[in-house]
Amino acid sequence: MTNDNSTLTSKNDHASLVDTLASHGVSRRSFMKFCAATASMMALSPSMVPAIAAALENARKPSVIWLSFQECTGCTESLTRAHTGTIENLIFDAISLDYHHTLQAAAGHGAEEARMIAMEENHGKYLLVVDGSIPLDNPGYSTIAGISNYDMLMETASGAAAIIAVGTCATYGGIPHANPNPTGAVSVGDLIKDKPIINVPGCPPIPVVITGVLTHFLTFGSIPELDHLGRPKVFYGQSIHDRCYRRPFYDQGLFAETFDDEGAKKGWCLYKLGCKGPTTYNACATTKWNNGTSFPIESGHPCLGCSEPDFWDGGSFYKSLSMPTENLTKTAVYAAAGAVAAGLVVGTANKMKKSKVAASHERMTIDDLEK
Amino acid sequence: MKQTIDNSIQFNIQTSDQLTRNVTPLLHEVKHALENLINNNQTTMIDLRSIPLAPGEEDTILNSLGCGEVQAELNALGLSEIYETTYAGVWIVSHFNDHNELIGRFIEITTMPEILRSQDEDILNAYHRLNEGLDDNQQTKESMVEKVS
Repeated sequence: MTNDNSTLTSKNDHASLVDTLASHGVSRRSFMKFCAATASMMALSPSMVPAIAAALENARKPSVIWLSFQECTGCTESLTRAHTGTIENLIFDAISLDYHHTLQAAAGHGAEEARMIAMEENHGKYLLVVDGSIPLDNPGYSTIAGISNYDMLMETASGAAAIIAVGTCATYGGIPHANPNPTGAVSVGDLIKDKPIINVPGCPPIPVVITGVLTHFLTFGSIPELDHLGRPKVFYGQSIHDRCYRRPFYDQGLFAETFDDEGAKKGWCLYKLGCKGPTTYNACATTKWNNGTSFPIESGHPCLGCSEPDFWDGGSFYKSLSMPTENLTKTAVYAAAGAVAAGLVVGTANKMKKSKVAASHERMTIDDLEK
Repeated sequence: MKQTIDNSIQFNIQTSDQLTRNVTPLLHEVKHALENLINNNQTTMIDLRSIPLAPGEEDTILNSLGCGEVQAELNALGLSEIYETTYAGVWIVSHFNDHNELIGRFIEITTMPEILRSQDEDILNAYHRLNEGLDDNQQTKESMVEKVS
């Protein structure tokens, strides 16, 4: 993967963003408001607002092709449901979303034709967005218009200026890649080595982070500075733990031990309840969700670490990081008949326990959840 | 038991009296920014979204600063609320989208928030519109005079 920003450009023959805004009757003052909100969205210093305004004045409308592979559509839902205000609409008006098979009306050959035209007309300039992992074991696990995910990715990536991998599935394989990875799922970065890739992990990613990365490309025609996992540092540069408002409780050794004890009620640190905040890098603690309303820890639940590789295989969500996890890679090997049978017995027993608990209205414990 | 339907969504966000302790440092930052404005005429903008704040802490900051003499509303891509706090030179700027959802809140330490000023491009556009409007009126009057005569 290369990170040479200087070679990238979002310029093409389409209208500039300022032209687009002017066609909407947007005043300069509105444009400056747009720039202020954009700076905040991109997690840039407010002092960057004039620079953003200057860059946007010359920005051209880039073509965007969005491919969805082995995914649950949660990433697209995150993006399209969470923000519907005018400013976000303007950002989407400012890009030319030429292919997104979940959102577009066309299907089958008509849709594929649109993709081919966009690729041809904007060769070397378009932005490719991918959500979902790519199955390698059997192409039949996931196809679009009869084309395997692998073939579609390789074909579309060849003419892209840059690739944005959206969601943990596209960035690290995600849940499809979790042990025992039945489809042979891999990430975009596992397959593409000759293009700049921006990883925007999360299950799903914060919508503002997705639009922030798109807007960065639109604004500056380059990719943002990335960390060692290919994530934009402005959003993934600090751990959830370091930016968490409960951090002072961690420092004081004040922890919630259960979900309904006094510590939980007082908003103490959720580390002992399995919070993965210390090892998870994301913007949840500051950008938050639902237009800045809150984030999981604020709602009383530990961070699951969904923006980190293999978060699904990292042991229980409810065990603290300091507790050893079993070597889950070994569980892939235990598929011997005896082990499977033993697993079935344990599973049945656990199911009975849960049913009994539900019937008697007993309180479930963390140990029960782990079974 | 009879259930009543309440359309409002009730949140039970946990709070504590031992929060992030970011309120006081932030107020110090505002004080330093004011010093910078006084001594160097330099403006500062603080994005409240970039700071970890516990539930209720943003309100604590806003309440500490209070509301001063000047309040303004801006209708540009949704509402924006702008007001000077009880500390002259310290302004709160809140941007909302068309659905009245908050999309950004800033503390600006300046003599006047930039977004309140008339923008050069808008002034030029206003001049052209007014000029064209007056030209149109003049032409209409002239054509009426011609018809009468």
